Amino acid sequence: MGKQVSLFVTCMVDQLFPKVGMAMADVLERLGYGIDFPENQTCCGQPAYNSGYRAEARTVARHFLKTFEASQTIVVPSGSCTAMVTHHFKELFQKEPETLALVHAMEKKVYEFATFLTDVAGVEDVGARMEDVVTFHDGCHALRELGIQSAPRRLLAHVKGLELREMVPAEECCGFGGTFAVKFAELSGAMARTKIEAIVGTGAHTVVSLDPSCLMQIQGALSRAGLNVRTMHLAEVLASR
Amino acid sequence: MSVEFDRKIHDTLADANLQLAIYTATGRLKEKRIEVTADNVLPDYQELRTQANALKKHAIDNLDHYLEEFERNVEGYGGKVVYCKDATEVSDFVLDLAKRRGSKLIVKSKSMTTEEVDLNERLEHHGLESVETDLGEYILQLAHEKPYHIVAPALHKTRYDVADIFTKELHVARETVPEKLTLIARGVLREKFLKADIGISGANFLIADSGAVAIIENEGNARLTTSAPKIHIAVAGIEKVIPRARDLAVFLKLLARSATGQLLSVYTSFLAGPRRPGEVDGPEEFYVVLLDNGRTKLLPDRSKRESLYCIRCGACLNACPVYRKIGGHSFPWVYSGPIGAIITPQFMGVSHEPALPFASSLCGACGEVCPVKIDIPKVLLELRSDVKKSEAREGQNRVEKLGFRIFAWVMTHPRVYELAGRMAASMAPAGDGKWIKSVPAPMSVGPLKAWLSERDLPPSPSRSFREMWRHR
Amino acid sequence: MSRDNILHKVRTALGRSAGQAVADVPPVRLRVPEAAMEDRIALMMARVEALAGKAARVPTMDAAREFVAAAIAGKTAVASNAPYLEECGVAGLPGVRTGIREVGELTAVCAQVDIGITSADYALSDTGTLVMIAGPAESRLVSLLPPAHIAVVPRERILTGLDELFTILPNPAAQTSSMVLITGPSRTADIEQILVRGVHGPGQVTVVIVG
Repeated sequence: MGKQVSLFVTCMVDQLFPKVGMAMADVLERLGYGIDFPENQTCCGQPAYNSGYRAEARTVARHFLKTFEASQTIVVPSGSCTAMVTHHFKELFQKEPETLALVHAMEKKVYEFATFLTDVAGVEDVGARMEDVVTFHDGCHALRELGIQSAPRRLLAHVKGLELREMVPAEECCGFGGTFAVKFAELSGAMARTKIEAIVGTGAHTVVSLDPSCLMQIQGALSRAGLNVRTMHLAEVLASR
Repeated sequence: MSVEFDRKIHDTLADANLQLAIYTATGRLKEKRIEVTADNVLPDYQELRTQANALKKHAIDNLDHYLEEFERNVEGYGGKVVYCKDATEVSDFVLDLAKRRGSKLIVKSKSMTTEEVDLNERLEHHGLESVETDLGEYILQLAHEKPYHIVAPALHKTRYDVADIFTKELHVARETVPEKLTLIARGVLREKFLKADIGISGANFLIADSGAVAIIENEGNARLTTSAPKIHIAVAGIEKVIPRARDLAVFLKLLARSATGQLLSVYTSFLAGPRRPGEVDGPEEFYVVLLDNGRTKLLPDRSKRESLYCIRCGACLNACPVYRKIGGHSFPWVYSGPIGAIITPQFMGVSHEPALPFASSLCGACGEVCPVKIDIPKVLLELRSDVKKSEAREGQNRVEKLGFRIFAWVMTHPRVYELAGRMAASMAPAGDGKWIKSVPAPMSVGPLKAWLSERDLPPSPSRSFREMWRHR
Repeated sequence: MSRDNILHKVRTALGRSAGQAVADVPPVRLRVPEAAMEDRIALMMARVEALAGKAARVPTMDAAREFVAAAIAGKTAVASNAPYLEECGVAGLPGVRTGIREVGELTAVCAQVDIGITSADYALSDTGTLVMIAGPAESRLVSLLPPAHIAVVPRERILTGLDELFTILPNPAAQTSSMVLITGPSRTADIEQILVRGVHGPGQVTVVIVG
């Protein structure tokens, strides 16, 4: 494969949480990877797809395919955006065999960040250090579509000074769900509050996740509730020294 | 979404007692399902799900064949099959039979299909007494309410609610202890079982090679309904067919576990035709009503056809973080939860409640627990697309459509995207890095207002990632 | 009525023609585990008790009769017409109504007595289940109407589970209009999820294993 990766940071990280992208790049560079950032990248198209606008989603998906066609390996700091490419792009192009072939090729090249580290780079200890008590939130796309559960935990287990406490109940949706968060705001808020009850129950100071959208929902709810708990993306934890 | 849907959701969220009742009851059922399907308890669980899915797929893909086989075998054992296209034909059949036999009293065991066609209301309108015998359904019948949950119909009622209902409708002394309330119902219903002329049941499975119906229950009311009266009518959707009796070895291992966390429900009845020579008891007449009521509308769509695989276990309701907040009565039809969300638009048309497929965070918990592996999130996504196509045809929601067209255009023009990002950041309230609690009134519209109604907003960073990357 | 119409709609939707053949049903692998009789008995009893039923094991048919006699002392009972109950002498116990072959009488008796006594056609040890097949031997109501049920079962009839049941009995409909699997006492949790036993079916179930 050669040690070169392309970053797909996602529109949310690009515009709202740029430090997550920088942290991810930092970790990868320390592991000896050369990094490029294809400048034409924008979005995976998920908002349109989830809202039922498939033609518009196709347009954005084609742009993604074009932007990354020369990349061999693409790393993404988001479970939902990775799943959009690897699981849902094909639904959009069932009637376009040529594009579908490109999609199948792309599916093999795109990796969620934690999975890339454990499965491709083959590392669990990236030399990180962070004195803190954290809990981990499994984003639904990462958990159920990508089957990611142990990889982030193995990575966190090697962060010096870090204590990980599991939420009870675990594996419950934070309530973001894309446009669901604003279309059904009251319901989304109620789901977020149930999630933060579970978080508070762990006594953790920091919530870690693979998904910026979940982190935005959770942090937004924590902040509204006046709670002194912060959120961090896994990449930011792993970049800590 | 419709005003009605919005209001029902809001009212349920605002009712703290109801929130606790729903969350606790579904939580318990959810935990029990997990216990009895764990690797060390049921190592074959995933294999059974795959088999169940394959059996249902085969049965549905060849439905006409199995319906005819079922019919032949029912008739071979002395029963009769009655195909009904809708609610009216079902009640017409029952009313006609009741008239010919001089029947007055009907006992009913739990059947979502009969709820679907409002059978009790129709029968009572024509002067018959039709009594629900499942405790939860009986309570609801007295309260004139629809089921709250596919498996636990009175989940939303406290013992005090039940006490109120019994005191008012049965004119008994007020009693709030659940065991005693149950005894009251038992006493009333026992008499009905023994006097009833007709017993109407549902059917969990229609077994083609046997001409048999399989009925699963815990109370014994379905056994009594189908054994004491002289006439038994089983009402079931055409999709309930499975090919062979031995296929029950797969389905029975999944159904009770998925529904209530039991290994098997207390009673599983396998009923084939009326009483045979040599048998002392059992009905003299046996009918199976096969209901369409729109199921044939779901069949043509190959990508959504799997919606018909459902065995009505309710596991998706218990797993669903949305159902666990909004409860069964927020849904527009008798079927609630994730399964309700996918079949309602297909039966009623997407315009019936266009917001319904969107009332989901697509977390996927439902698909994960479905014993027959219906990919509920996939069907929801397709229904969302169907809704938008319908709206486009009707010229509705033009602003939203335009919004997403602009979204697609911006996202395929990186320089525009970058410019738009910078503009949005510059309009954001001046930050101190803290999350934002509110924005000036003119800005507080649409999605921004909706977001801020429940949570704080992240502050805009001074530079985007790509700006940081360029300057590293 | 709507038969042809509905079948036509189904065929059109599926792209099938009338009488068109179907592919083979996907295979269902029925696995019958090797399980020694002693293990099956022990498991059956454990499962029955876990369901709040009672399980007893007696060495002989005489002992079975004695057990039942003690269990029904001071109470009224009806026994099914199972030959096994006859052989054990259970059917002949004083105060036990049996030999009823008319449905009106059977219903009235079952509705009045305290205990219904049956044998069972099979038992499924992995779930603590009794398999009751309606016929000249067993009726439906004896194990259903009385508030208590005692089943006297010779150990040979204990199978490992559903897979074995459907292996030896793949076509129950050929034999009976009613096969009922009974797994524990009648119950409901419809009021506040609180478990209440003995709703419509028997609230007390006793399984007596003979041998």
